Amino acid sequence: MSDLPLIQADRAVPPPATTTSTGGRRRRLRLLSRTDRVVITLMVLVPLLLVTGFVWLPAAATVLLSGTNWDGIGPLNEIEFVGARNYSDVVNIYPPFVPAVQHNLLWLAALFVVATPFGMFLAVLLDKELRGSRFYQTALYLPVVLSLALIGFVWQLLYSRDQGLINAVFGSSIDWYGDSNVNIWAVMVASGWRHVGYIMLLYLAGLKGVDPSLREAAAVDGASESRAFFRVVFPVMRPINIIVLVVTVIESLRAFDLVWVVNKGRNGLELISALVTQNVVGEASRIGFGSALATIMLVVSLVFITIYLATVMRENRE
Amino acid sequence: MSRPQSQAEYLARLVPPSVAGINRRSLLAGAAGTGALLGTGLLAGCGDDSGSGGSSKDVSLGSNQSDPKPKDVLVKVTDGFKTSSGVQVAVNTVDHNTFQENINNYLQGKPDDVFTWFAGYRMRFFAQKGLASDISDVWSKLSGYSDAFKKASTGDDGKQYFVPATYYPWAVFYRKSVWQQHGYQVPTTMDQFTALGAQMKRDGLIPIAFADKDGWPAMGTFDILNLRINGYQFHVDLMAGKEAWTSDKVKKVFDTWAGLLPLHQPDSLGRTWQEAAQSLQQKKSGMYLLGLFVGQQFSNEEQDDLDFFTFPEIDPAIGAKALDAPIDGYMMARKPKNEDNARKLLEYFGGKAAADINLKNDPAVLVANSGADVGGYTALQKKAAELVGSATEIAQFLDRDTRPDFASTVIIPALQQFIKNPKDIGGLTSSIENQKKSIFTD
Repeated sequence: MSDLPLIQADRAVPPPATTTSTGGRRRRLRLLSRTDRVVITLMVLVPLLLVTGFVWLPAAATVLLSGTNWDGIGPLNEIEFVGARNYSDVVNIYPPFVPAVQHNLLWLAALFVVATPFGMFLAVLLDKELRGSRFYQTALYLPVVLSLALIGFVWQLLYSRDQGLINAVFGSSIDWYGDSNVNIWAVMVASGWRHVGYIMLLYLAGLKGVDPSLREAAAVDGASESRAFFRVVFPVMRPINIIVLVVTVIESLRAFDLVWVVNKGRNGLELISALVTQNVVGEASRIGFGSALATIMLVVSLVFITIYLATVMRENRE
Repeated sequence: MSRPQSQAEYLARLVPPSVAGINRRSLLAGAAGTGALLGTGLLAGCGDDSGSGGSSKDVSLGSNQSDPKPKDVLVKVTDGFKTSSGVQVAVNTVDHNTFQENINNYLQGKPDDVFTWFAGYRMRFFAQKGLASDISDVWSKLSGYSDAFKKASTGDDGKQYFVPATYYPWAVFYRKSVWQQHGYQVPTTMDQFTALGAQMKRDGLIPIAFADKDGWPAMGTFDILNLRINGYQFHVDLMAGKEAWTSDKVKKVFDTWAGLLPLHQPDSLGRTWQEAAQSLQQKKSGMYLLGLFVGQQFSNEEQDDLDFFTFPEIDPAIGAKALDAPIDGYMMARKPKNEDNARKLLEYFGGKAAADINLKNDPAVLVANSGADVGGYTALQKKAAELVGSATEIAQFLDRDTRPDFASTVIIPALQQFIKNPKDIGGLTSSIENQKKSIFTD
């Protein structure tokens, strides 16, 4: 977001170059008219303020609060600092924490290994202009349009032990949402169902942008369909691939709505985001403790963000 | 307790149906009481033109009664207040869950003069933090409340902060037709209770319907077992963090529960209370420990068939006279804009007139004020009111009797863990105790 004005600044350079040419090495700065400079300043300042105010300050406040035992009541100057006690409590005496970390990792793995490749596969199929591909496209994308809260409700109708469709059709009595060995998989199916549509649409858009002559050339050279895809199309789509990867990681880290709708992230559906919400939002107001959980989540996200940024920057440098 | 003599009639729609568990609290709308002296307020000097004029002529009310029926009843009650006092009530209705979740910010910001809340730990907590006003003077004008209700309205400093309006008891519900068909008798001891459960199993019924997907229904089972085994005072102290969860007393509660679990409906963690109540309604289950709102899952014709008994005695020294009966009512914010009107409104809410309006428009509520004209009560309501009236102590339900953070982030996962694995009681109780020590720091 913050690099937008920089791009704008670069673009702002050429036109004035024709009118005001004072020469010298500092030419680039002087080339900007007053309006340009005002615009640039605004374009840097406004996003900067927004990002600082809505992202960095809250993040810093979260980290600060994680060292307190604030319960959300009373003036800020009465906050008591308790050091790292919240963190040691999270790790040592908070039973849902370890399952939550495991479930987040499981979620990431499932999306990465199953849902994302499947979405890409569907995109490739739809790119073949099959008959009725519009219909398939709409059908597969529909879950993305629905809110996850609604998806949770729809799947509840399928999964309910006593009244659900699945058990009614198969005559089984599996407790899809209640059995803590089963429910995480049940929820991941529902979540994957949505993720597949999302990835499919992203990838389909990318595929449409691939120059058809590349494929024709590959075909002329005798490459098989799959070989052409993996050797030619896939590498060409590198920007889209990175976006898909990032989307997958983000989706798995912020997975929340579905488990919240099912059972508020308890009993086998613990996710860090749900634990944060349980503790901070609502009447519980264990703000210090919840902030410690949120900080842990922030650190985990930072790992992925760092890897992503490092990759992107290395590419830019090349 | 003996078997019920008459046919009970119970009107549905006590609780607005909702997927969200906490919404059971939206249950009772209302207001109750013996009222009286309105209009003779302190602002007698203000003219007689009623309506929306100056600020001395109105008062604001923050309401969590977002479901249609209770909302409608509340409007009628506030209309009654306007008629009798000339003061206009600006009702600010907020979705029930949202209201509850935002209560901290709400009370610290610019709350309405009067707001809906419920008795229990949280009420006393707000009083102690200075987020609610002392309304002892309103209480001095109220009549018709038993000591139990007054006690439930009193803060830690001995002053009153709460006007009770409505309540509902927790008990074991069953269908009379099913019991007649099999010839079951109401159990009064634990042995009879387990024997009855075993008999139901032989008869192909699920003895005890059970659901805990939302986390809170199991609290009712824990509460009643704790009240029967260890008594009311232990319940209060345990909830206040004064007793150890690792004590033998708590372990005995879990042990007893573990013995009863085979009689409970299996796979309860994926089931909502509505589904469990429907298994009772469909005559698949024999009985169900729940609040009075269970009747919501029964059609109007079936209300007659619904009956209940209080959970049987376990320890003769403790008896079976205590129970959970959450009370809903009203409190006053810390700095009300129209304090005089707010006090008048609270007095009206606590009075007979409000209770009668409530009963007339929604005959399915139990009102806290004994002065109200309860002639309109159904047999089941009468029985419920008698049960609570004869109770020696009234508990408010686990999540109202303790810190909300402890109830929601520790107890709910712990009880669900217990239901999953009832064997490891030692590990479970020490985990609860460790977390309790971390939460109850002051």
